Amino acid sequence: MSSTETNHIIQVKDLTKQFGTFTAVDHITFEVERGEIFGFLGANGAGKTTAMRMLCGLSYPTSGSGTVAGFDVVKEGEKIKRHIGYMSQRFSLYDDLTVMENMELFGGIYGVKRRELKKRATTLLQKLKFIEERDTMVKALPLGWKQKLAFAVATLHSPEIVFLDEPTGGVDPITRRQFWEMIYHAASQGTTIFVTTHYMDEAEYCNRISMMVDGKIKALDTPANLKKSYNAASIDEVFRTLARDAQRGD
Amino acid sequence: MSTLKALLKKEVLQFKRNAFLPRLVVAFPIMIMLIIPWVTTMDVRHVNVSVVDNDHSQMSQRIINKINASEYLTLHSVTGSFDLSFKSLEHGDVDAILEIPQDFEKGFVTGRTKKLSISANSVNATKGSLGSQYLAQTLAASIKEMRARLSPAQVGDLVLIQNRYNPTLEYRNFMIPAILVILIIIITGFLPALNLVSEKEAGTIEQINVTPVSRFSFTLAKLIVYWVAGLIVITIALIVAWLVYGQTAVGSLLTIYTGAFLFILVISGFGIIASNISSTMQQAVFFMFFFVMVFMLMSGLLTPIESMPQWAQRVTYVLPPRYFISIMRSVFMKGATFYDMRFNFLALASLAVVMNLGAALTYRKRS
Repeated sequence: MSSTETNHIIQVKDLTKQFGTFTAVDHITFEVERGEIFGFLGANGAGKTTAMRMLCGLSYPTSGSGTVAGFDVVKEGEKIKRHIGYMSQRFSLYDDLTVMENMELFGGIYGVKRRELKKRATTLLQKLKFIEERDTMVKALPLGWKQKLAFAVATLHSPEIVFLDEPTGGVDPITRRQFWEMIYHAASQGTTIFVTTHYMDEAEYCNRISMMVDGKIKALDTPANLKKSYNAASIDEVFRTLARDAQRGD
Repeated sequence: MSTLKALLKKEVLQFKRNAFLPRLVVAFPIMIMLIIPWVTTMDVRHVNVSVVDNDHSQMSQRIINKINASEYLTLHSVTGSFDLSFKSLEHGDVDAILEIPQDFEKGFVTGRTKKLSISANSVNATKGSLGSQYLAQTLAASIKEMRARLSPAQVGDLVLIQNRYNPTLEYRNFMIPAILVILIIIITGFLPALNLVSEKEAGTIEQINVTPVSRFSFTLAKLIVYWVAGLIVITIALIVAWLVYGQTAVGSLLTIYTGAFLFILVISGFGIIASNISSTMQQAVFFMFFFVMVFMLMSGLLTPIESMPQWAQRVTYVLPPRYFISIMRSVFMKGATFYDMRFNFLALASLAVVMNLGAALTYRKRS
């Protein structure tokens, strides 16, 4: 590996996932640099979640190759998992445990020491303006707060890269703002952020964005460059131009 | 190790917070043990007999008296025509009809014997066949009595039937060890299976699968909770057997618990396989039910394996309850030792290894 390559925390080539005859992800090739906020955009059904699941070691690629945090996406899925955080599109923490118990569980799984865990969890909850809910049962929390907790859990073990699958879906504008503050904060600490979203204003906050249409990456650049090359006033317009020819999704 | 501790804490908390599970573990064995032994009796009592007496002799009268005195037979009526008795049988008031032919006594004396006939309602095959057998035995006894012109007490001396290990021939004593089998299947087979599938349905398994946690620790943490639950259930059931039915194990409790724990290992491994290959609760439950049906009906729980056809007997060698039922009955009722049952223990241990290997291999963290 050359020095420029090691700066790529994600590097994939022709990554493909087929379910029977359906090609969910069709030969995608891209790199994500260490420390950047990478926006992974696309319409519903474009294949974003499937691609993300392959990068996280939750799904085997049908073909193609790549590395995440220096580990092979095909062979070293379990090693990748030590270095990443993941927040799924569907809330998937334990409803019948409290906020703190969820954090203790996942901290324990990643081997964070007990004392260190308490400290980190408290700091995170304070930052999320959430500390007084530490002993609340998760099922009693409103959706926006559940999402905050999911983010906290995904970053608790200080991963090198965090995958966020529509973290702000169904969340109010104030919480969304808080969310992006958290994302910026994590990025400023050197954590790479890989985020999918449907909100085009959020896409503008990313360092670079990719646009996925029908399983393929149709465009990848900084928001400013994309607007320039598509001669568009906003990312929203770029997205509409690209997604117009989409065959699938809604 | 800290991973397993964190997971174990989660499982215990979830188990305790569940509104249903802790109560189930206590109430279920008590209920089952209080009810099932009374109702699953195969002893046939109160076989209603209608006698068609065409003979009206001293002999027929003696037979009728004998039936009346029997503990198992109840004299429903004495009629003069078969048709009349048959009507009662059709109505379901009578289980068996004994027809005493005309000149039965005379034929008996002259040596030209006439045959008695028994017609039993065998819609319920057990009651029908056992009922007519009881009736035949009663008849045989009275005939022997008359032939030998001996008093009933002396006849009793001639035939001595001893039922060993279950002296009163209580079916209940036979059922209690079997009930433990059912309890274990439900508590340590179904519950962990449903628990694991519910994580799939809720999506929480996704957050677990994206962590470096090994599938062994994750599954083990779940199983430990249900293993303990299973041992609690057995203990409660054994206490009820002692307090309510006065039944205690003749053999060593350690042997019983060893067998039970091995069986728990087998069944929980099986439950995990069921949940690994299912993506919904429905699938898991149907999969489990299919096998549990086979377990219940083919493992000698209700009917003896020895009376099954050869091919079926061979199949039973792969059914784990077969070995556990055999251990339970032998140790509980006859006082068999670990050494006596070594083949069964070995078989259970091997099945435990196979099942849990299967459980480990079918768990996929990745699709």
